[in-house]
Order: sequence, then C-alpha cells, then structure tokens
Amino acid sequence: MPAIIGRKIGMTQKFREDGTRVSLSVIEAGPCHVTQIKTEENEGYSAIQLGFGAGKEKHLTKGERGHLAKAGTPLLRHLHEFAVDEVDVPSDGDEAAGELTVGDIVTVASFEPGQKVRVTGTSKGKGYAGTIKRHNFSRGPVSHGSHNVRGPGSIGAAAYPARVFKGIKMSGRLGGKQITQPGLEVVETDADRNLLFVSGSVPGAKNGLVIVRPA
Amino acid sequence: MLPVAFRTVRGTIIVSVIEDYEAAQVRDDIPEFRAGDTVRVHFRVIEGSRERVQVFEGTVIKRQGKVNRASFTVRKQSFGVGVERSFPLHSPKIEKVELVTEGDVRRARLYYLREKVGKQARVREKQRA
Repeated sequence: MPAIIGRKIGMTQKFREDGTRVSLSVIEAGPCHVTQIKTEENEGYSAIQLGFGAGKEKHLTKGERGHLAKAGTPLLRHLHEFAVDEVDVPSDGDEAAGELTVGDIVTVASFEPGQKVRVTGTSKGKGYAGTIKRHNFSRGPVSHGSHNVRGPGSIGAAAYPARVFKGIKMSGRLGGKQITQPGLEVVETDADRNLLFVSGSVPGAKNGLVIVRPA
Repeated sequence: MLPVAFRTVRGTIIVSVIEDYEAAQVRDDIPEFRAGDTVRVHFRVIEGSRERVQVFEGTVIKRQGKVNRASFTVRKQSFGVGVERSFPLHSPKIEKVELVTEGDVRRARLYYLREKVGKQARVREKQRA
C-alpha cells in the first residue's frame, strides 16, 4: 500500500453511477521521488523518504541540495519520511513491487479507486477562538437581561478543589495544527495530470501540503 | 485534447483543473428551459431490484446553481395537493427532460405559486409573435 505527498487543489463534486452525489477533494499528488532509504543498520530504524514539488535553488539549503544531488533527483521542495511497515510501496513500473530504491518515482498510479486512505494536512488557522467555535459549547440566552451569551459558563467548583483542573476546555488558538482525516475513499485517479480525487474534505487551505496514506 | 473550461487573464489562458472537471460533467442533451416553463421529467427510480422511469410533469419554479451542481424545482398539483420536487440537472438518473410549454413570467423564482390555488396557480403561456 502506497503513500504519497501532494498539494490540495480544491473541492468539487460528481455523480456516482447510482445517481448519488459525492463531494470530492482534488489533490495534486506526486510524482514523488524516493530520496533516501533508511535502514536498521545505518539509521537504527527503517523508513522511506519521499520528496515532492519542484524547488528552486534559492529555496533549498546547501545541505538539502547536496542530499538531493546524492539521490540523483531534481530539486524538491518538500521531503517526508514514511515508516516502512506503514508503506511497502510498489514502485512505478518496477517489477520488484514492495522494494523501492533511491531514485524511484511514486505516482497516483499506485492508488486505486475504491481504496480507503487517510489524509494528513495542516488545518486552516482560526486565530483566538471562543469555546463555542473551539469546543462546540452551547450559547446562552440572548434576551431577558442575559449577559451569558457566548461565555464559557462554570469552569469548576468553589472552595473544594479551590483550583481549576488542568485540561478544562477554554478559549484559545484554534486551527493551524496537523490533522489527520481517516477513512476517506479514493474515488478517481488521473495519472496524466497527477490528480487524486478523494471523497469528502481534507484538512487545510488550497495549495496546502497534504500527505495521503493508506487507511 | 483542448480543455473544456478556461479563463483568460490578460491574454494568458488559465485552465482550472476543477472548472475543467466540472464542465466535463455537464450534459448537453437537456433542453434549455427556465422558471415558468412546464416540463416533463423522466426520472429513473429503483424499486427493489428493477428500475423504471417515473414521469414528473409540472411548472419549473426555480433553477439554481451553476455547471455540474445546477438543479431545478418542479411544482405540480397532485389530487389537490401541491407537490414540489427538486432534481439535479445533470444527474445520470434523469433520462430526459421534455419542454412542454414556455411560460411568460417576470420573476426567476415563482414561490408565489405556493400561496395560490386553482386557476390562480397557473402561469401564462408565452405568446409567440
């Protein structure tokens, strides 16, 4: 089962054959180059490092450029590591399925419609948000002299425990965090344009980096 | 293949993947009609294991949405009760849409028909010059 790095393009919808509509997230995924294979002997754990997105020389450090030159890949903007037991990736057109080597390319062709995936991305930042938006609290009454319209309500008892427990849901920074959306279905793939159509919504804004992994 | 949908920004052609994808889903076998027209919608329904075509005839009271998301609502009187049904315009379950008569109306949304009964709940037919 493969994993791939991509860019969220936006959302649309289509009709299934039975006439029901599915909302779709469009992801431009891959081609991803295998930039490094980490092994038990060398690094102490096994992982596959994939790179995605054309980079410019000025955007990469000398160290990154050297690393990519060693792998023999073009300049890549984003690198991400996948534990090997989570991805025994079949390489593109390579007979030795399950065995990737440095320089191999992973494309959307390794995904099949109907397959379940989970998509990881950075959610849209909402800034400092109140408890209603952040924790789905209920609103208080708005009339009859009420001043408890969007307030959080009680945050604990009084003399005992004489403190507020840790982890009480309060207002604060919302969004802009890494979120994984599990259980999405690959509805369609477009190998020519490197597109992946996934059912439902995917974390993050348009053009945001997303990682698609098998569910 | 030339993309179906594109925009031009200062002479440069910009193809949007999503606009292209949506435009490709638009059916070209649906006749043009608008609010006030009387249409006959042939809709495939699945009853148990077999499929049959159900016909719903009435006045279009609204058209909504663009490209592949477009839908329309048809209203008819059935045994004295007003019945409204909305259809996705480009759904594969629509076998065909027949335009019966063109209506002469001044509004895009004919919600006022809901308050009318009998003879008043009619739409004037368009007179051809």
